[in-house]
Amino acid sequence: MIAVSNAYDPLLKRPFSYFKNTSDGIHFLYSVKGKGTSLMKDLKQGDIISLVGPLGTGYPTPEESSIPLLIAGGTGIASIFSLADELSQETYFLQGAKCRDEFIMTDELKELKSRPIMCMNCTEDGSFGGKGTVVDILKEFLASGSLHIGLCVLYACGPKGMLESIAKIAHNFSIKGYVSLEENMACGFGACLGCAVKTVHGYKRVCKEGPVFPIEEIEW
Amino acid sequence: MTASGTFGYGEEYAEFVDLNNLGAVIVKGLSVKPMEGNPPPRICETPCGMLNAIGLQNIGLKKFLKEKLPYLRKFNTKVIVNILGNSLNEYVKLSKSLDDAGVDGIELNVSCPNVKKGGIAFGTDKKTLAKLISKVRQSVKKTLLIIKLSPNVTDMKEFAKIAEETGSDALSLINTIPGMSIDIETWKPRLAHTTGGLSGPAIRPVAVRMVWEASQAVTIPVIGVGGIMNEQDAIEFFLAGATAIQVGTANFVNPRATVNIINGIEKYLKRKEIYDIKEVIGGLHAKSRNNPDN
Repeated sequence: MIAVSNAYDPLLKRPFSYFKNTSDGIHFLYSVKGKGTSLMKDLKQGDIISLVGPLGTGYPTPEESSIPLLIAGGTGIASIFSLADELSQETYFLQGAKCRDEFIMTDELKELKSRPIMCMNCTEDGSFGGKGTVVDILKEFLASGSLHIGLCVLYACGPKGMLESIAKIAHNFSIKGYVSLEENMACGFGACLGCAVKTVHGYKRVCKEGPVFPIEEIEW
Repeated sequence: MTASGTFGYGEEYAEFVDLNNLGAVIVKGLSVKPMEGNPPPRICETPCGMLNAIGLQNIGLKKFLKEKLPYLRKFNTKVIVNILGNSLNEYVKLSKSLDDAGVDGIELNVSCPNVKKGGIAFGTDKKTLAKLISKVRQSVKKTLLIIKLSPNVTDMKEFAKIAEETGSDALSLINTIPGMSIDIETWKPRLAHTTGGLSGPAIRPVAVRMVWEASQAVTIPVIGVGGIMNEQDAIEFFLAGATAIQVGTANFVNPRATVNIINGIEKYLKRKEIYDIKEVIGGLHAKSRNNPDN
């Protein structure tokens, strides 16, 4: 949880996933969308901000024998990248956005192509990569028969609608996996109960029992 | 003290603060049966504050007594249990059980604006409130009884007097203020429940005013709560007449807010060369021009 301001407005800290850790510190990747992120972009080197973390659950490490299918929509790329960065097995990485302007491509992501990670990019309007959504690509990919589906494990992060569609596909192809969710948060460490998500086991906290949940447990 | 609903049952904060250093932990509002709470979105940010419509999610009396109370008892801090119900009987059942189990205080939630039935009716109707407190008072033999008053009333003085006359040991005010926020892109309310309770710095002036009014109307202690973020805010409430304060939303912004405020109050007293907090309580000297009683 990162404080975007020391003033009372905006009041609450904002939740972000790790993008990566390097010798010069912890990196976060963000897109300027609202009040909080607008303030973040004005931060300068040397400014001091407060944050609380690390919080919540991470993606379970894929078994070596499994084939990870990583799917990122929009800023979901941050947490998915940090997972991809750890992997050295055959992995498929699907990244999508609405259009070229919204497609997040950093140097780090370009470097992934040098690993046994097969990257597939797409935009809804086709202005970058293939035309379509990651959900479309995923469906085609799984239906193509070129994958040993029994070994696949999905890891997805992105807009809720995207995750819900992926959950349906996972169900249809009997694939297990994990989604990283987001929800309006106040505290980020399990006290306020603001970030509830409905699961098969009742309401869970996205900040505490999540943000990563088994894909089949979420009640969309 | 920590305000109900902002500190869970203490565990989530144990790695941030030493619970032994707190005056009291007031736990999340407890109902007889567990409540699962409202569908999301349950919270949204507003200028200098936030709206919440959590929906009183709590584990219920049985689980609280079995799991949470023993945990809290490991610490030196006092345990005050906020209780809520849909009927007089539920309030009575909760108070009896807690009185028997031995807690340090019972805080009656008569004002939570989130649940459609119950809460709001008790706290904004004088007769209902009087009846409720009288009944609960009979069941609570050895535990401190605190009434958490609703800000949703036209004259706080009258409600404060009723609470005192019916046997409350102390008052706490204010609870959240009913509010609403609309997303102009989707044309929908930001909360699934539509309305919610406003808390945070935005409500502080309202809370200070009501504490000031209530403390003039009664002789029992008034506990101030509403947007206290730091020691300056806390001192304001003492001056207005509060004997003690609760810190709520500030905990979300900084999980160490409570201990920072305690240390800050000590520093203030040292700086002012005041050796007893009682000198600050009710220290407001200004008389209101609008107050006919003065």
